Amino acid sequence: MGHIVNNGVNVDALLAAREALKNAPAAGEFTWRASCKWLNGTHARSTVQGFRGLGEEQTHKSEFSFDTDHPQVFASEDNGATPVEVVLVGLASCLTAGIAAVAQNRGIQLRSVEARLEGKMNIAGILGIDGDVRNGYDNIKVTFHVDADASKKDIEALVAQSQKRSAVFDIITNPTNVTVEVV
Amino acid sequence: MSRVLTEHAIDHVVLERGEVANSWRQERWDSLRLLTPNWLSRLPGYAYAGPDPDGFMNLPEVVNFIAGYADETSAPVRTHTTVTSVRSVEGGYQLATEQGQISCRSLVLATGANNSPRVPDLHRAVPQTVQCLTAFSYRNTDQLPSGGVLIVGAAATGVQLADEIHRSGRPVTLCVGEHVRLPRTYRGRDILWWMENSGVWNQRYDQIEDLERARRLPSPQLVGTPEHSTLEVNSLSGGGIEIVGKLAAVRDGRALFSGGLANQLALADLKMERLLDTFDAWARDSHIDSEVGPVERFAPTRAPPSTRLSLDLRSGEIRTIVWATGYRPDYRWLNLPVLTPKEELRHDGGVVTESPGMYALGLPVLRRRKSTFINGAEADARDLAQHLAGYLAVAPPVPFP
Repeated sequence: MGHIVNNGVNVDALLAAREALKNAPAAGEFTWRASCKWLNGTHARSTVQGFRGLGEEQTHKSEFSFDTDHPQVFASEDNGATPVEVVLVGLASCLTAGIAAVAQNRGIQLRSVEARLEGKMNIAGILGIDGDVRNGYDNIKVTFHVDADASKKDIEALVAQSQKRSAVFDIITNPTNVTVEVV
Repeated sequence: MSRVLTEHAIDHVVLERGEVANSWRQERWDSLRLLTPNWLSRLPGYAYAGPDPDGFMNLPEVVNFIAGYADETSAPVRTHTTVTSVRSVEGGYQLATEQGQISCRSLVLATGANNSPRVPDLHRAVPQTVQCLTAFSYRNTDQLPSGGVLIVGAAATGVQLADEIHRSGRPVTLCVGEHVRLPRTYRGRDILWWMENSGVWNQRYDQIEDLERARRLPSPQLVGTPEHSTLEVNSLSGGGIEIVGKLAAVRDGRALFSGGLANQLALADLKMERLLDTFDAWARDSHIDSEVGPVERFAPTRAPPSTRLSLDLRSGEIRTIVWATGYRPDYRWLNLPVLTPKEELRHDGGVVTESPGMYALGLPVLRRRKSTFINGAEADARDLAQHLAGYLAVAPPVPFP
């Protein structure tokens, strides 16, 4: 009995960082960044490379690029996923990464984790047809299928804990200040 | 502590800013009852001796219980003696009080962690037309105008007040964030019988994996009623109280609630189940399964598929907000570098190691999970009095001017 649980998450490093940051709160201040360039129509290209954290400028090992657009049913050219779909990607990926980290910390071996997301919205909002309809999602439903070496209750607890500590879950479910300026 | 110090023949005084049991007399709402059953009201050499051991004392009964203990133990209490500052001097401490200066070699802070209500900064954005009360200023429903009440916080205070205010006929909206769900009774016994006897309550602070988290846990959703009723989100929502997510912001006169309520409800249900599993395992291992009722599990908390995300505080729908958002200690009079950046006392199991001869009692999970309950005081007091006596035995006495 007893085998090494490996979900590929370096939990020791995370726990060590947690301890270190308790005594150096300023180092925990991170600034994440994205840049976006309009291409044509509703097609834009966003890139992510540099961010700030642990007291200094950091950089991803390469520049990541995301093309976004609107689909043909919006009379557009469909050169990329819509921005609202990218938000679902953000939520799904944050929760999924969280599940892996919590599972590692709790000694649960994951075999597979898959999520399907659905965000419902009525476009009367974004088209300005109906002032009572919001621009954003009315609700987002996330369905996880987790195959792991654990009871159903333990898996539910895993998914619950991932939400509890998820940055994107917090960003979406709670108000966030956004300021936009033109320079 | 006084009673235990007397046993050690350690000369001491007890300073009280008001009358004995001041907080119970001045800072609690009228209908409050203990959420611990009376048989748990035990102090060194003293216990509840009334006719209803399984019941829950009301406010006047609690005041009598504590004042009775002070009398019976002849505690050397100086009432109406507010401490306005504490300084460290050679050999001990110098206290300034409204009755004059007091010097001592050793000091025990028994002021608790609930000296003032904790109200989030966003309360400043609430429109002036809405009356705001806290757990300290709320006394009974007569203070409230008719109309809707928004209760922020769903720990013990929040759920108790939500229930009471809703029964007064007012529409209640309750903001629920992180909370601890517990049934009042389990397998025929009070839930706190399980806490006490299974050893969960006795778990020591130095055996708890995430002590800071344990010390920050909200008080459980429990109430003491003659019916031994369970107070939980399901019964509140079933009775017509609107449950919304945690109050996240007040913007342009609108209260904004979290859309993450469902997970908070799921987390509390899961935590309760883990605790009941622990109790069942203990009952099995202690061979007492036949002495208690059969294993039970409780209905999961119903989370509506979508909950209200905002409420216009200018519309008149809400006439009052009750902030049941917790309490904090007040150490403004303690002029010593023994506080954390968040102004909480730094201590190791009640020993203020940075200030020799100083101790604290009655703080959350001070030494055990039961430290903040009446029945938790004795064990902590005995441990700390032992340490204090040892300190006095070796610390050089300094004659005071």
